[in-house]
Amino acid sequence: MKQLVDRAPSYQADEKRSDKAIGWLQDHLPKLVLAPSFTVILLFVYGFILWTVYLSFSASKMLPNYKWVGLEQWDRLWNTLTWSTALDNLFIFSSLYIVLCMLIGLFLAILLDQKIRLEGGLRTLYLYPMALSFIVTGTAWKWFLNPGLGLERTMHEWGFENFKFDWLIDSEMAIYTVVIAGVWQASGFVMAMFLAGLRGIDNEILKAAQIDGAPAWRIYTRIIIPQLGPVFMSAFVVLVHLAIKSFDLVIALTGGGPGNATAMPATFMYSYSFTRNQIGVGASSAVFMLAIIAAIIVPYLYSELKGGRK
Amino acid sequence: MSASSQDNALRSAIYWRALIYTLLIVIAVIYLAPLFVMVVTSLKSLDEVRLGNMMALPLQITFEPWIKAWGSACLGLDCNGINGYFWNSIKMTVPAVAIGTLLGAFNGYVLTKWRFKGHNIVFGMMLFACFIPFQIVLLPMSQVLGWLGLANTTSGLVMVHVVYGLGFTTLFFRNFYEAFPDELVRAAIMDGARFFTIFWRILLPNSGPIIVVTVIWQFTNIWNDFLFGASFADFDSQPMTVALNNLVQSSTGVKEYNVHFAGAILAALPTLLVYIVAGRYFVRGLMAGSVKG
Repeated sequence: MKQLVDRAPSYQADEKRSDKAIGWLQDHLPKLVLAPSFTVILLFVYGFILWTVYLSFSASKMLPNYKWVGLEQWDRLWNTLTWSTALDNLFIFSSLYIVLCMLIGLFLAILLDQKIRLEGGLRTLYLYPMALSFIVTGTAWKWFLNPGLGLERTMHEWGFENFKFDWLIDSEMAIYTVVIAGVWQASGFVMAMFLAGLRGIDNEILKAAQIDGAPAWRIYTRIIIPQLGPVFMSAFVVLVHLAIKSFDLVIALTGGGPGNATAMPATFMYSYSFTRNQIGVGASSAVFMLAIIAAIIVPYLYSELKGGRK
Repeated sequence: MSASSQDNALRSAIYWRALIYTLLIVIAVIYLAPLFVMVVTSLKSLDEVRLGNMMALPLQITFEPWIKAWGSACLGLDCNGINGYFWNSIKMTVPAVAIGTLLGAFNGYVLTKWRFKGHNIVFGMMLFACFIPFQIVLLPMSQVLGWLGLANTTSGLVMVHVVYGLGFTTLFFRNFYEAFPDELVRAAIMDGARFFTIFWRILLPNSGPIIVVTVIWQFTNIWNDFLFGASFADFDSQPMTVALNNLVQSSTGVKEYNVHFAGAILAALPTLLVYIVAGRYFVRGLMAGSVKG
């Protein structure tokens, strides 16, 4: 079927041979229509990537400066204390974020898969954080986690005098508040992915297992969850990429503070490029972020695109 | 099987379901809590906010914070509320969504019905653009916007959002048109229809669902964007998210939490409405970007 369509333009060329110019236009029209978008992507994505890579080897400070200085900016990056904090935080954040989102998402999906009456409504509730900007919901979280205003005070008022929850202002623990808010935001989405996966499982196998008298939990651990492999993969890829890009989340919740305790690569790049006049260092941190994402996304896209052709 | 053991089995099944429902509802309450606190607090006077419990319903409902957030709250030295930024966001989002969606539809059409050698590479390159961390383009983009005279303008932001939304809009339409029967296109070609006629007359009228998905996806993303707005806009062209952040983070004077929350809800209202009305399509967009490449 594909071949027929591939040949399609030539049908038109046959008809329009009388006018060569129009014939040529007809033949190439599809490509001409695609060309502007593709050119824009080439320039503004791939061109800009190369540009930023170059900047990371340049002497740029407050303004771009195209003098080549080799690895100087990279040296500076790796010797910046905030950058190692940002990488530590990225590691803590993304591992907890991914694991918790997957656990909660899978758990919710399994619960919702028990022929629940208000399933549609509940799904909507679990997913709404994904539709709102974290700049918005972050204002609520910030207040919630603020010891003097939020949860801690409320618990005191309810009679739990010794309740203490001041992670937001504790530089050791602040990154975990980012995890909590991040998981709250994305776990509903992971639930939706798992739910779609659960619905796609062959019913015959499940019925056979039920007739054999296997208990429900064993049907899940032995038959259903192993079949969700591709969903785990997709969820992992999406979550890694969300974790590395986390910017609004940190800005709205902690602003990177207390001090630099919750700095992440995304906020580091922004502040070094635009407020600290270290464009070269900012560029090298951006290149590093892209490298992590590319290492995960490129193999994934490659396998998806190949798989789609079968 | 005796009657009593059947009875026991039934009873344990009921307990089991009760447990599931309880869990689901408790979790739903936790998910809703931040939104609940925002709405409740935005309807309280500042005194009540300071004295009362954050989970308590307002003793006396007041819309004062909403009016203030909209029309007279101070962002820095400017005390005109957030309404100007709300319009900035609309002026930025509407054209960006329209242009991005149309281009995506054309691209998807070409990439599925008029394939050429290397179409998969072209698509792969556009798809990868969906996933790049935007930090990688911030520095060159701010320079280019300056050269084009679009720095600190809403038009500049429109351009940025169109460009970096192209990957997703193309992906959506490409996957949708992939499933569109080639026979129809072929029959139309036999009848002498040309490239654009086929698009306007045959594909586009059948693209309702995917247009909705794309528009909602783009609308939500562009409306909620913070990074581009914070990087490429000045005080006059800032979108809503950036203004809200300024309002909430402003350190001068008393922190008016009720006004902050009213502002936050105003900023969230368009996307929240879209989500409530057409959440199904929003979810479909989310999934399209993840489950199937």
